Amino acid sequence: MDTFLILTPGPYTTIQDKGRFGYQHIGVPLSGALDQFALRIANLLTGNPEDSAVLEITVLGPQLAVLQEADIALTGAEMQLKINDKPAASWQTIRVEPGDRISIQQIKTGCRGYLSVSGGFDTPVIMGSRSTYTGGKLGGQHGRPLKKGDILGKGAGPLLKKPRQLAKSQIPRYTEEITLRALPGPQDDFFDEGLDFLFKSEYTVTGKADRMGYRLQGAPIKTKENQPASIISEPTMPGGIQIPADQQPIILLVEQTVGGYTKIATVISSDLALVAQATPGVKVRFEQVSLETAHRLYNEDINRMQTIAEQLSGP
Amino acid sequence: MKNGLFEKTLFRLAGDRGLLAEYGDGIDPVVNLKVRAMTIVIKNDMPDGVIEIIPSYRSLLAVYDPGVTTLSTLKATLTTMEQRLSEVEIPPPRRVEIPVCYGGAYGPDIEYVAKSNHLTVEEVIKIHSAGDYLIYMVGFTPGFPFLGGLAQELITPRLETPRTLVPEGSVGIANAQTGVYPVASPGGWQLIGQTPLKLFAPEREAPLLYQAGDRIQFKSISGDEYTRISEKEGTWTHS
Repeated sequence: MDTFLILTPGPYTTIQDKGRFGYQHIGVPLSGALDQFALRIANLLTGNPEDSAVLEITVLGPQLAVLQEADIALTGAEMQLKINDKPAASWQTIRVEPGDRISIQQIKTGCRGYLSVSGGFDTPVIMGSRSTYTGGKLGGQHGRPLKKGDILGKGAGPLLKKPRQLAKSQIPRYTEEITLRALPGPQDDFFDEGLDFLFKSEYTVTGKADRMGYRLQGAPIKTKENQPASIISEPTMPGGIQIPADQQPIILLVEQTVGGYTKIATVISSDLALVAQATPGVKVRFEQVSLETAHRLYNEDINRMQTIAEQLSGP
Repeated sequence: MKNGLFEKTLFRLAGDRGLLAEYGDGIDPVVNLKVRAMTIVIKNDMPDGVIEIIPSYRSLLAVYDPGVTTLSTLKATLTTMEQRLSEVEIPPPRRVEIPVCYGGAYGPDIEYVAKSNHLTVEEVIKIHSAGDYLIYMVGFTPGFPFLGGLAQELITPRLETPRTLVPEGSVGIANAQTGVYPVASPGGWQLIGQTPLKLFAPEREAPLLYQAGDRIQFKSISGDEYTRISEKEGTWTHS
């Protein structure tokens, strides 16, 4: 079913879901929504399974003409949502009718917004996922960002009997200064004072920040004497803090499978959504945590999602 | 630094969901063979909570769900599997033949490669297609194989200015490496030929025709053969 016509696409709007698992060994990266919390909430607000496909909107939103009745929800970055030029709230269910016009304005805080639709965006499943990977021209809308004139459909899914709203206290706030908790490794043994530098210094997100990685600028991080910056290429994880030859850190994200530089530390899973919502200019500090802490936070996140899911779907 | 297998596997922490197991040092076929064997053994009997196994030159990354398993359990499981490696029969590496039309419009840099190595174009083709190349790792772009085994006589530096677009299927040389581009991408390799095979097709049941640990051989074909195979492969279009 045709559900939306794209009137203006925004600078970089792609279809993303939870990600593409099981193909990194053949060089196909994870992809998926950078902010997995916002993805899940957007889906819960429209009655979808948490991993359904949504629109990931970067910095400036699209305008869509509605062709079919549906429930939608906008989460993630703070960006004004309007239906027929009237302001509408984010983090809650909104019913739209044929003839309505959805517009999503420039970000106020955060970097990436997520728009869900009841039934989920229904592009073909490629290698187990609908996520767009533009580098491989696969997934989503023909492997590319949305463009004007695209028509998007939704999957089958009932409309909600009553709208859902995330409690104000649960809505994340995106700030100009963030602290990312990180675990040393995999190559922390290649550094001595470099590790202290990482956890003591302040870095700034540069303009080179995308789904592949975020380049930061700040105190240079040196490897031990006589220790080259490059290593024999190996698989990388989202959150890996890579130190290339210029000694400025790069936080690796979801569109890379292997890399040939040392990674001094790795941002914990619970804090990856903070990276997703950081724009150029945001100040970044790193805080060292233990694996036990990271796993405790990981499990707390699962429990928190469970609680929210129960609250939203109601008794 | 000494090449070869480690006596004891080196585990490295790759964040709260990744465990990197390093089996040796250097770019060494013996070490890579162990990575391949471990990958097969683990994948045949995926431990609880393990989501993905990604092999590379000398290590593999196990991605796990900390809600299901713990790091110590995972380390213990991988260590046990390693100890039993000798009892497991590992199938020999697959040999994948890739037809290549060398030179001309298919390989615009072949004359440069020939000249800089004091060879004729025919000799370049003969030497390159006689090679037996080990796929150490796949990555960088979908399906891109990092190959070992290029003959000394063919070593050629990269282009001074990389091309903004290298066509899909291009076969190239960069320093001591040779490889093939399964998807079009920017690149600085000297292009010596092109394969009509759709190496990577996301819609195909087996999206890639090879994997890490396999061996690749290039077979020289004519322009006519290129066209014939290319028409047959045309059904596997990229989305």
